[in-house]
This record gives sequence, structure tokens and C-alpha cells, in this order.
Amino acid sequence: MNNAIALLDCNNFYASCERVFNASVKEKPIVVLSNNDGCVIARSEEAKAIGVTMGSPLFKILDLLETHEAEIFSSNYALYGDMSWRVMNLLQNFTPEVEIYSIDEAFLNLEPRKNSLDNLAHSIREKMYKWTGIPVSIGIAETKVLAKIANKRAKKDELREKGILNLYRSDKTEPILKETLVEDIWGIGYRSTLKLKANNILTAWQLRETDNRFIRRLLTVVGARVALELRGIKCLPFEQVTTKKHSITCSRSFGQTITNYESIKEAVLYFLTRAGEKMRKHNLAANAVTVFISTDRFRPVPEPYTNSATYSSTYPTDSNQELQEWTLQTLERIYKKGFEYRKAGIILSGLVLKEKLTKRMFDDEHFQQQHQLMKAIDEINQKFGKDTVRFGCVKTEGSWKMKQTRKSQSYTTNWNEILVVN
Amino acid sequence: MQEIKSFVNGRVFPVPEFEPLLIPLVLSRVSAGFPSPADDYIETAIDLNKELIRHPFATFFVRASGDSMIDVGIKPNATLIVDRAIETKSGDIVIARIGDDLCVKELFIDDEGKVLLIPKNANYKPIIISEDMDFEIWGKVVCSINRH
Repeated sequence: MNNAIALLDCNNFYASCERVFNASVKEKPIVVLSNNDGCVIARSEEAKAIGVTMGSPLFKILDLLETHEAEIFSSNYALYGDMSWRVMNLLQNFTPEVEIYSIDEAFLNLEPRKNSLDNLAHSIREKMYKWTGIPVSIGIAETKVLAKIANKRAKKDELREKGILNLYRSDKTEPILKETLVEDIWGIGYRSTLKLKANNILTAWQLRETDNRFIRRLLTVVGARVALELRGIKCLPFEQVTTKKHSITCSRSFGQTITNYESIKEAVLYFLTRAGEKMRKHNLAANAVTVFISTDRFRPVPEPYTNSATYSSTYPTDSNQELQEWTLQTLERIYKKGFEYRKAGIILSGLVLKEKLTKRMFDDEHFQQQHQLMKAIDEINQKFGKDTVRFGCVKTEGSWKMKQTRKSQSYTTNWNEILVVN
Repeated sequence: MQEIKSFVNGRVFPVPEFEPLLIPLVLSRVSAGFPSPADDYIETAIDLNKELIRHPFATFFVRASGDSMIDVGIKPNATLIVDRAIETKSGDIVIARIGDDLCVKELFIDDEGKVLLIPKNANYKPIIISEDMDFEIWGKVVCSINRH
């Protein structure tokens, strides 16, 4: 129970991945764009320094980027995914207890031996850079929430070079919590921040020192857990199995705006096909489909319109045919004529393991047949390429296909695109 | 081929395609607890990945352009297997970064600690790495593959 929790975070991960293979961008500001080259989703330190903010639409900052000779990349998920695989696997060499939290973050459950935590963090950091070329920061503390704070701090100011901050049983915890604002605490969202501020609780230290019954009334049990974690009491479980997906999303901005129903329908069904494949790969079935559509966030025509709706069913399904029916019914509810849509997507949720499905009272045989059919289709598509077999109403990527004009090579996943040296 | 015959009840049977050497092998395996006879073949299957890649998470494929390393057998367009995990020493073929460029050369460190990158082709000159150069070893070339 008294184990230390470390949070390892790859520094500016996407930008760092690009730098491993492209030495000419080593010291330049780098921005990585969202799908479709819409807005900034990742920045190097240099890009942060010239004032590029997260989420800025590209067209608004082009001048700034040009002035500073910044490098602009479309997102290259094949590369980032492969580099992440390397980082996460390498971590298992240091401790078997690794919780992969995101593409570039992992929690480690470490047994604290005297003075060894610093040494271990140091060697993890060194080896990670040597083996993969990715610089990482490590924060260590008693709980996940504290480890997050330590990690954030390890990236700053005088600690940046070292990249490690160990707050495990440390007297530095108090001064650092006093400097940490409540909105910067992991698990404290926008609304909780407002409530805390209204009660004059501004820092992590103040939150930690507030009576827990009060916090519980103010922020429910979720907020109370965060407060306990700040006191060094573990409330968030360490989850090594991360295959427990709660939902699967597939959404994209279109290369050009779309107005007519048929094209939106095409796009949404295409997203459904991709999400369905992913879901079945994890042996899951969904209880609900959410469909969302939206006009351009920055240049809405004729005015902003965003809407989403969910279809949920008593019986979970993994059949695309059934999911398609749900999706189209839902889309019809939210689609409005006369808008130029820029983005759409679907979310499959209420995911359950297929083995745990209860038999259907009616029509179970039909469901089982559907299940076999979907399995066969997925296998064919995996073998012979995306969309070799598809439902009649699903088109392949059309006018709304992703725009990715600045993508780097798939250095690690495609023979034709590997790094070339003289 | 050796012809093997066995006597059963005074009659002679030819034993077709029987290799006597297999018998003790089968017996010994049975006593070891019934593994699948196919195991033998699985174990001896040749896996290039296993043979050539010691540290999968630190290994990258790189293509060599040009002929500056022709004397060590790296032809233009050869595929290099590069392992970043291995500590490099003088005499190793390495991928090195000098400023904005990555290149493949032989690493040479003399007695005084001076570092040189040496092309393996008489038409090219060695590069002397001075203190003020932005220089880094990217990885060690452990294997090169030329297509013929």
C-alpha cells in the first residue's frame, strides 16, 4: 500500500517523435496539426515560447509561424503510435507494474527503497532517451494526483534539465502544493474550479487542508477523492489492464464543408465502420451510438450549429447492420438543412464484453448469424485491405477525406518511408 | 539407402522409408512429457528478426544513400539495422548526427579522445569532430542488407 507512484510523461511527445528522425527541426519551433490540418494539437517548447496556443486554428497563426521559421507537421499517428509502443514496452523492463494512461503517459507502481527512487527515475529517463530518442519527465509521489503535480513541476524552470521531481515523503510537497492552483489539479474540472474559488479555496494545499465532508458536499465523492489523494491517501486504483474501453470514438473534420444529407450520411457510416471494426477487435459490443455533427468552429456558415444525439438499446450489439440502423435514425434527428458542416463523428458506448452478453429473448439466432457475418467481413478486410467488403450504403473515403499535406514519413512502419542517411 | 527388414512370425516385411535414428529421439521425448512432435520444427525455424535484432524497442531501419561506405559492404540503397541501445566504441559503424544531418560513417576515437567520422571510400574525406560541433551518435549499425 505504501508504494510510490511515478508518472512518466514524454516531453512534447509528437514534436519529439518528429525530431528523432528529422535533425533539421531539432531547435526550431514545431507545431503538429489535428486531423485535417485544422488546428494545433501539439507544440515544442520553442513553439510555446513564441506564443502558439493549443487549439489555435492554423490559418490564424500562419504569419506568426512563418516569422519564427516554425515547422508545421500534419499528425502522423503511425509514427507516434510506434514510438509510444517502444516507450511503453521499454518501461516494463524497469517495473512490471505499468499503467499506460495515454499515448505518452504511464503510471508506474514502484517499491520505495531508500534513495533508490531518484536513481531509478534517473536511469529510466536516461535509457528512454538513449534507446528511443524521446525525452521524458518523471514525477514521483504517494498518489496519482500528487505524481501528476510532481510531473508537471519537473518540466518547469530549474528542474527542466533534470526532468525528475520526487515528492515521495518529501518536505517539498507542501511548498509545491501551495504554488499549485486548483484548476491545475488532475481531476478538478472547470465547474469544480468555480465552486472551489467561490469558497476561497485557490490552491492545492488549501484543498488538501479543507475538511473532507465539506469537499464531499461541494464536489461530490469524485472531488473528495482528489482531496484525499492530495493528502497522500490512495483513492484512484492502479489499472494495469487498460483494455477496459468505455467508449470508442471515430470523428473527423472534413476536407471541405458538406451541406447535403447524403454526404453526411456517407461520412457517418464510414466512421461507424471504422469504430465497429475497432470494437469487435476488442471483443466488445455496444449498447448505444452517439452521433454528432458540427459547423466550422471558427468560420460557421451561416451560423454555428452543433448537435448530438444518442440511440440506446436494451440489447448490446456488435453487428454493423444493427448499428447502422441506430446511427441513421439518430442522424436524422439532428441533421438540419442549410448548414455547412465541417465535422461529424460517432461514439460507441455502453461497451460490454461479448462473452458477457445475455441471450436475446427474441431473434437470438439472427443476432448470432449477424455476429458470424461481421467476423468474416472484418477478417477479409484485415487481410485484403480496408473496405474490400463493405455494406452497400457505405462509400469509401470521399470528398471529406482527411487533408494531411504536411505529414512526415512513416519512418518506423513503412519500408518505403524509412529514414535515409548519406 | 539402407534397406531395413524386420521379421514377424517368420515372415519378411519391408519397412518403408523408416529412419532408425529417429527412434531414440522419440523415446527420449516421450519420457520428457509428451511435447508435440512439431516442436522440433518450431525450434529450428529461422527467424531473421530474432537473429538480427537484439533490442526491438531500440532498433530502427535506415536506408543508406550514396557510396561513402562501399568498402565495408554498404552499397547505395542498402537497408541498415540500427540499434540505439548498444554503447558505441571506436571502430563501430554508426549513424551520427552533425547539426542538421544524419549520416552513416565509421566512428574513430584516437588515443587523445579526438573523434573522427570516417567514410569507407577513398573518394571521401574523414570528418573531424571539433568541440564546438553539434554532434551526437544516433545509433550503432549492427547489420546491413544489400539486395542483389
